[in-house]
Amino acid sequence: MQNLGIYASRLVTKEENFVPGHRACIGCGEALAVRLAAKAFGHNTIVVNATGCMEIVASQLPYTSWKLPWIHTLFENSAAVASGVEAGLRAQMRKGKLPQEDINVVAIAGDGATLDIGLQALSGAMERGHNFLYLCFDNEAYMNTGIQRSSATPFGASTTTSPAGKVHSGQTSQKKNMPEIAVAHNIPYVATACPSYPFDLIEKVKKGLATKGPAYIHIMSVCPTGWRCDTEITIKLGRLAVETGIFPLYEVENGQYKMSLVPEKLKPIDEYMKLQRRFRHLKPDALAGIQTRVVEEYEKLLEKAV
Amino acid sequence: MGQRVGIEVSIALADAVKLANVDVIAAYPITPQTHIVEHLAELVAEGELDAEYIPVESEHSAMSACLGSSAAGARTFTATAGQGLELMHEVLYVASGMRLPMVMAVANRALSAPLSVWGDHSDAMAVRDTGWIQIFTENGQEVVDQTICAFKITEHHKVLLPVMVHLDGFNLSHVIEPIEMPDEKDVCEFLPFNRSPLTLHPLRPVAMGDFAPPVVFTEAKWAQEQAMLNVKDTILEIWEEFAQKFGRSYKPVECYKCEGAKTLLFTMGSFSETAMTAVDKLRDAGVNVGLIRLRLWRPFPFEEFRAAMKGVETLLVLDRAISSGGPGGPVASEIKAALYNEVEKPRIVSFIGGLGGRDITVTAFEKIIVDGIELAASGSGREYEMVGVRE
Ligand SMILES: Cc1ncc(C[n+]2csc(CCOP(=O)(O)OP(=O)(O)O)c2C)c(N)n1
Ligand code: SF4
Repeated sequence: MQNLGIYASRLVTKEENFVPGHRACIGCGEALAVRLAAKAFGHNTIVVNATGCMEIVASQLPYTSWKLPWIHTLFENSAAVASGVEAGLRAQMRKGKLPQEDINVVAIAGDGATLDIGLQALSGAMERGHNFLYLCFDNEAYMNTGIQRSSATPFGASTTTSPAGKVHSGQTSQKKNMPEIAVAHNIPYVATACPSYPFDLIEKVKKGLATKGPAYIHIMSVCPTGWRCDTEITIKLGRLAVETGIFPLYEVENGQYKMSLVPEKLKPIDEYMKLQRRFRHLKPDALAGIQTRVVEEYEKLLEKAV
Repeated sequence: MGQRVGIEVSIALADAVKLANVDVIAAYPITPQTHIVEHLAELVAEGELDAEYIPVESEHSAMSACLGSSAAGARTFTATAGQGLELMHEVLYVASGMRLPMVMAVANRALSAPLSVWGDHSDAMAVRDTGWIQIFTENGQEVVDQTICAFKITEHHKVLLPVMVHLDGFNLSHVIEPIEMPDEKDVCEFLPFNRSPLTLHPLRPVAMGDFAPPVVFTEAKWAQEQAMLNVKDTILEIWEEFAQKFGRSYKPVECYKCEGAKTLLFTMGSFSETAMTAVDKLRDAGVNVGLIRLRLWRPFPFEEFRAAMKGVETLLVLDRAISSGGPGGPVASEIKAALYNEVEKPRIVSFIGGLGGRDITVTAFEKIIVDGIELAASGSGREYEMVGVRE
């Protein structure tokens, strides 16, 4: 297994379920993450998509970028729609209206659709124990409507509704810890992932699909448009988010925390922040405060992990 | 043939849903609808109905789960009322726009504020334009029959639009009535499972709910509207088939003692039966009055309604909702619009009453008719009359 990193790419299917031709911005980390996740879905999957960038860039009538059965209804209800799809299939299979087979039901949604407006529907679906996988593609703001803050926007980031000005300097609240909220629902599988670590992401999606019951994966997705960074550094920024401890990669299986990657030493957050113009207004003392908090949070997480 | 039982209408409705052998029920409680989903939960728990029962966390999710299950091809049911229907509002448009078959019972209830759990039609009127087929029922028997018909209508390949069956909260939902419950075998024959042509399945991937740029949106809405306009014929066929099999016939517009009547009272829902008694009494007293009742609210049966207006001089319309700051009750204004271009048309007096559970007694209906005839002749200078306000 030592050389997995070298050979792993050959193990990944060349088939695309999320095909080229969509309208995402150049360097979109979210589109890349969706593509990688879709590789892991396999053919027997139904995708339920919330309103947001990934729906808009991939579904303009009369085209579609999806080779899988796909449904979009609204911004906040993908978890509830997925509950219905799952229950509908189950009932029909039990009653002999459909042949018995394993069909994966996957809901995909942005951070706004997940942490804010859709949190209730997601919480309800997780609590009821539907057998589905929920993927949150976190680009840390409402990008589809033009870079407004969400509760996943990190402290200090400037967005159009948390602008940096003379009195306020960007987002005034801390990023909501959605993976923890999912864990608190006692669901069997929760994980974080990032397309800068593609094989890890694919493995986790497969694990999530194989889980009986609800599974939740929170996927950091760099957005050059909203983060105001160069379009060619998406992968690098994703790595830096992990290497600085800002976005740790881990899994929680039946309540057991396991780190997926522990850097020998965390890089200073400055390396990550300075590449994005959404943070450029932050003064040194603000950055120092963020740095302290990142390390504290990271250590809390390490303590939980086995 | 079916069996005649004394039964609460909500329970009978749930039993009708069981007879339809639904696959998925999404349920969220709200007075006065609650008995429906409670009884369905019991039926599922007892193994009398093989269905997935999803106890969702809100009506928004109830309707969303229904979307999902219908899109996956399952026969789908939910029920709600008042605030619950409003919380679904956004999702209702999606269900009809995506042409997803499903049936929803609405035990009509007033809308806050002030909070009221009692009945009126404000909730139904607020969702008037959502693209659902809407049927107003008058008594328990009709609730059962229309619930069964609704599944056949919604799944018909020419329809594929969701259906709401309205029953008045408390006035109908909570009363115990003698009802003939149809025989299971007969319902099975009448209601074979009719799968949608397009469902979510890996064997035949489809994309549902894509976004539409301006070049196609109008066409999509036009297609949906054509479907809605064409469904009346299908509904009539289905009601005819129902009559053949079960012996009870239904029409979009029903007339009671309308022959030769110069004045007609217009009602929807369960108040119609009280209104009939008032009409009987006034007829006995020599007043030339009849009653016209609307069953099919969407699509609006223009043809049948206009035909019923021939020779009528005065039409008194009772609304159980207010279109605030508007021209009168929402039903009255639609009726005015429906008749505006007719050469011969009755004078219309709009009455609003029965709000938030306020009863309209036989005597009150008599007063509406007598006052209405007078107002039609004299004119009141007001857009509408409020029934029974205590000053
Ligand atoms: C009820 C409702 N409110 C607001 C909107 C407008 N809206 C559409 S997408 C979106 C933001 C999406 O953000 P997110 O979920 O983070 O996904 P992203 O676009 O960033 O991928 C908003 C506010 C909507 N569609 N529906
Ligand atoms: S705005 Fe951001 S998330 Fe949306 S398509 Fe563009 S890069 Fe991707």
